[in-house]
Formats: sequence, C-alpha cells, structure tokens
Amino acid sequence: MKVLTINTEKCTGCKLCELACSFVKAGSFNPLNSAIKIYYFDKNLEFVPLVCTQCRDAYCVKVCPTGSLYRNPETGVVEYNKALCIMCKQCMMACPWGSIKLNLTSDAMIKCDHCGGDPECVKYCLQRALLYVDVEDAVYFKQRETATKYLRGE
Amino acid sequence: MKYRGELLRINLTDKKIIKEKLKADIFSNNLWGRGYASKLLLDEMDPAVDPLSPENKLIFALGPFAGTPLPATSRMMVVTKGALNGLIASSNVGGYFPFELQHAGYTMIVIEGKADNPVYIWINDETVEIRDASHLWGKTTSEVNTLLKDETHPEAKTLEIGPGGEKLSRIAAVIIDAHRAAGRTGVGAVMGSKNLKAIAVRGTRGVSVMSNERLKNYLTKIYERVKKSGGVTMFRTYGTTRTVRAINSIGAFPTYNHKDGFFEDYLLIDGENVNKEILVRNGSCAGCPIACNRISKVYWNGEEYVGGGPEYETLWAFGGQTGISDLHTVTYAHFLANEYGFDGISLGSTIAALMDLFESGIIGEDNLPFPVKFGDAEAMINLIHLAAKREGIGDLIAEGSYELTKHFGHPEFSMSVKKQELPAYDPRGVKGMGLAYATSNRGGCHVRAFTVTEEVYNTDDPEYRLKYADKALIVKQLQDKQAVVDSLGICSFARTIYNADDFSEMLKVTWDIDLNPEELLKCGERIWNVERLFNVRAGFTREHDTLPERLFKEAIKTGPSKGEIYDKREFEKLLLEYYQLRGWDENGVPREKKLKELGII
Repeated sequence: MKVLTINTEKCTGCKLCELACSFVKAGSFNPLNSAIKIYYFDKNLEFVPLVCTQCRDAYCVKVCPTGSLYRNPETGVVEYNKALCIMCKQCMMACPWGSIKLNLTSDAMIKCDHCGGDPECVKYCLQRALLYVDVEDAVYFKQRETATKYLRGE
Repeated sequence: MKYRGELLRINLTDKKIIKEKLKADIFSNNLWGRGYASKLLLDEMDPAVDPLSPENKLIFALGPFAGTPLPATSRMMVVTKGALNGLIASSNVGGYFPFELQHAGYTMIVIEGKADNPVYIWINDETVEIRDASHLWGKTTSEVNTLLKDETHPEAKTLEIGPGGEKLSRIAAVIIDAHRAAGRTGVGAVMGSKNLKAIAVRGTRGVSVMSNERLKNYLTKIYERVKKSGGVTMFRTYGTTRTVRAINSIGAFPTYNHKDGFFEDYLLIDGENVNKEILVRNGSCAGCPIACNRISKVYWNGEEYVGGGPEYETLWAFGGQTGISDLHTVTYAHFLANEYGFDGISLGSTIAALMDLFESGIIGEDNLPFPVKFGDAEAMINLIHLAAKREGIGDLIAEGSYELTKHFGHPEFSMSVKKQELPAYDPRGVKGMGLAYATSNRGGCHVRAFTVTEEVYNTDDPEYRLKYADKALIVKQLQDKQAVVDSLGICSFARTIYNADDFSEMLKVTWDIDLNPEELLKCGERIWNVERLFNVRAGFTREHDTLPERLFKEAIKTGPSKGEIYDKREFEKLLLEYYQLRGWDENGVPREKKLKELGII
C-alpha cells in the first residue's frame, strides 16, 4: 500500500501542487479546485500543505447516504463516484480536517484519490515536500534523517 | 480565443474604474508586461511630466503565462516614469501578488490621477473597490500586509509602500507580500505621490488555456528539463548569494563606494555562510519550481528577525559597498529596507557615498548625528531608520546618492548612472557591464544586459572580461533578448531552463499565438526603442549615457582586477559603435528610419 506524505519543512509554498491537481481534476489552473492546499503563515514565512489522509475508518464514508464515497479495499484510498453523489455535503461537515470541499461551481465534491495511484501533485513537487511511497517506507527517510542528526551529535 | 487578458484602469482622482481588453495590435508587436506597459506610457502620457504629479501613470503588468505552472513565468513589471531620475522605469518583482492578480482575471493595472486622501484598492475577482487607507498610513509593509489580510480575506495577497514611498523618497520601492521588492527607480515614490498605500487582491477565477493536452505535453517536457538543470540546483541551493564569491574572485565586487573591487572578508557574506549561519528554509514565487528565495533568521541587538532575503545585491550594498562584513547586520538591513519600502541597492550605496564623504573629510561630524565610517554596522542601521523618518541626514539619504552628494558639492561621489546607483558588478573588472550601465533605459542597472555570463562564463579567455572589443554588440543583443523575457513575464533566472525556441512554443501551446523567435527578437528591439524614445522626449541624450568619473580615473586597488580602470576613450568608442548598431544618431536619438522600420512612428 502507498501513502502520500507531507514534509512541511521542505515546502516552499510554490503552489505547483495546487495547480497540478486542479488541472488534472478540473481542467484549469485554479487552487480552489485542488484537493491539496498550502496554508501560509506570514510571521515566520512557514508553509503547510494539507491533503486528505485517507482514513481507514472514514467519517466521510460513514455519513455518505448513497455510497458515493467508498474505500477501495485494494489501495486503501477513499474514492468518490460523482454519478452517485446527491450533493448533500454531509461528508464536508463530517471530515474533522476539512479535507473534502465543494468545487468552485458547486456541482461536485473535491476528494483526493491519489490520481488512481500516480498523484499529479507529487510530480510537480520538486522540493520533495510531497512523496508517494510504500507505507513501510513512509517514515524510513524521516527516521534516517533523525539517525544522521544523532550521528552528528545535533 | 480563450486568452482573456484584461486591463484594469483605475483613476484615483475621479474614482473611475474601467475594465478593458488588452489590444492584440499592441501585444503582437510589443508583447505583454514591460513591452505593453511601455507602449501605453509612450502613447498616453507626455514623457516630460513630473514623475510625482497626478499626470504620471503607474502600471503593474504581467506576462501571458502568469498563473500557470510554466516555470518562473509569474513575474510582474512596475512601469511608470521613475521618481529617481525621470526615465521610463520598469521594476521587476515576483512573489504571490502577480500570480493572484492573474487568477483574479487581470493582466495589467493602470493607476491614474491622485487620491485626495490615502487609499488602498481591494480587488476581489470582478469586484474592485477603492477604500480608505488613513489607518494604514505610516505603517511598515509587514504591518500593512497583516492588516489588509484581516480586513479583506486571509488568502489575499498584497502590494504596498512603506514610510519610504509615503514620504516620496526617490529610492522608495513597491513591496510585494511584505518580503519582495520592485525596488529600482523610485516606483514606490510614484505610488506614494498618488496617495495609494496598497493593493490587495484575491483571485478565484483561475486560468484556462486553449488546449490542455498540448500544454500538458509541454509541461512534462519542460519539468524534465528543470529536474536535470544544474543552474536550477544552484539557484535552489544558494539563491543569488553565492555570486559574492564568484564576482569577488574576478575582482569585480565593488567595495567602499567603488574605491576598490575586492572584499577581503567576502567569505563572511557569501552563500556558504548564509546557508550555515542564517538560512531557515527556501521560499518560492507562486508557480515556480526553482525556489531560489532565502528565508532567513537573524539577530540584531538581541532581537530575532525572520524575513525574505538576503540577495546578492543586498549582501553587496549593505556589505562590500559599506565595508560591513557581519552577515546578521547586512541581512537585517535588507529586512529593514523591505519594512520601510526602500530599494536595497540604492539605499546601501547612498549610505556608502555618505561614508565616503565623511572619510574623505568633505563632511564632518557637524553635518551628522554620529560619525559614519566604512564598516560601522551600528551607524548604517541607524541611518536607515533616519532615512525612513526623513530626519536630519536621513532626509538627504532618502533622495538617493546623487542628490545627497550634490548637496555637499561633490556629485562625483555618487556611484550612479543617470542618478541610479550602480549594482554589484564593477565595470572596471567586467567591461561590458560599463556600457550596459551607461545605456540601460532606466539608469544604472545590471538586469537589462547581464554581460557577465558572456564575458566570464561563456568564454575560454580569462582576460575577455577586460577587453572592450565585441562588447557593444553583446550589450545590444542582450538588451533585446531581455526585453522579450521581461515582456513575457518570465524570471531572469529561468535562463537556465529555457532555450530561444521555447518562448514561441509556449505562446503556441497556451494561447495559439504565432510569434517565431526572430519576430520575438524584433519585438525586443522595438520595446527597447520605445523606451529610448520616451527617454529622449523626457530630455535625456548622449551626455547622460556615461559612467561615474571615478571608474574612468581611479584604478581598482587590490584583487584579481588590480590596476584596472575604465578607459574613457574606449568607452566613447563603444558608445558610438553601440549607437550605430542600434540605428541611432551620434547623440543617441533613434533615427526616423529605424523608428519607421520598427513601426513605432
């Protein structure tokens, strides 16, 4: 199983993930149609990208009355079938992190589905703040960096 | 045609707001950004107007690719008649504001007239309002940025002036997102003269192109190139800061107000030390994968400051030029320049000129609140505060080095061309830059023809930089090329990504516009001549196309360019050769034949 990881320390706030996501999902460049969003904190110039974490026991799936949102058992990704959606927006209310939202024209929900296994945002993240990795490798690099710091006595 | 290209015209005198379509006959000949705006200025305005009068216009202009992920294409040009010297000004800036402006649907804003009271403009997609800004007057740029987001939208992006622009300092900058500057030529003072404190913009309309598939294919290709580019890696690792080492190593790093061209302590303010001592992380302009911005943390008087910067030019202006080697001080000065809304190059070099006057005994302590010696960090920081208040000697610093040194009877101490302070490449050590400075359409400036690449890196001859031959042609060609880059809204640092054919391909895959590389270069030449014609009509001529006397007379004292002067006779020869290549007469006035050939008249 693969996961989409975020390293906020590496994010430079370039917005390319937002542009790439909206382009592939909605056909134009518009951060408001993107499933991933960078939050800006001006005081210390910090950037935090946020995207759906694909809950295993997902609130959005639970509240969806039509089965429009469902968990793909193979990939673990919560997917969205627009054809079944009645636009009740209960998922938007239920998600504790704000990871599901309405698109700009209010005719569909925006839900990250890892682009079916090849996330577009990751391709444009040249700073490697976003990585799409096997779950067993998700903390490998982070832990290795920690190990390196120990080694250097930092 | 999907290409939207809307222009927002705002008259602050009668509060009229008009939306116009961009004109195809202008952008197909003069491109967008700097080119389009310069053409508007020449057509709509008398070049002889006082830059600080309501008759002057202030234009913010983007290129045709703004708001897309095409690498480094969301730069903005601020075009106006500059307050520093009365030339046609265009000052370039990145950040988030330009990107957001395009997403609101506007490629250009033209500000006209003058408001009775301080105002700011709030652009929320189609809705454009002129609002009272009396509560913002006197505030620094980061304060304005925070307050505007509170009262408009937290996602809004801002453009503002600080106390520098309010007090009509001739070296005032327009600041973007509190941390980036359209610094040069006093554009901040023009904004201040209109009582316009800020513009906030929120854009949710997005950008759509003609053919998604064609653009997608091009993006895939270009991002592969970006990933492999060594130049991109260099800019990402060091920003512009490692240029300190590169330029000092050829002895073309001006120090002590150009008394020398080499800095002994260069390693203290060089990129390696920036990364080691103060760098927190990188930042980006919106839509750019290079991420050259430095976000740094420094300490001054026990206080901690985080901000955008430093850049090569400010490391030099507040460092080598003033003889200061403490990285924290130099970077703090950069932050202060942004907070107060000053051009870092001009401010640093003006302070250096003051230090030079003091050490030369021309002015004494009776003219000053404290001694101002080269290398005095405390004095420099205090002078910046005084300049922001226009208090005492600060009042003269705010006028720039030319007016300051002239006030004391020694304008030859101003290291400027057409009153604009020279940047950090000493022409005595890189001869092409001398002609580039002398002929730049906005006064002393390194980004209209950056000859260093040709003279130092693209040659096998280590002495080539010290020769005069070929340099007129190099300058002319680079000026035309750069006019194209600027007018497409592309960042100069993207030169490590794009080839000559790319711009034509980009216009094709986005907007189905056909302009081949030769036609684009012709546009570049046309833009250069439009600007020159503006300057000629504003009263500039051959006598202004020169360099500070010091560079002709005083040799570099130490380092690899020791003994070098700029030979005045060689300079005059170069200048005439340059005029001939341009099709201008011996006074530097474009000949009628050339203007007709370019379709300008």
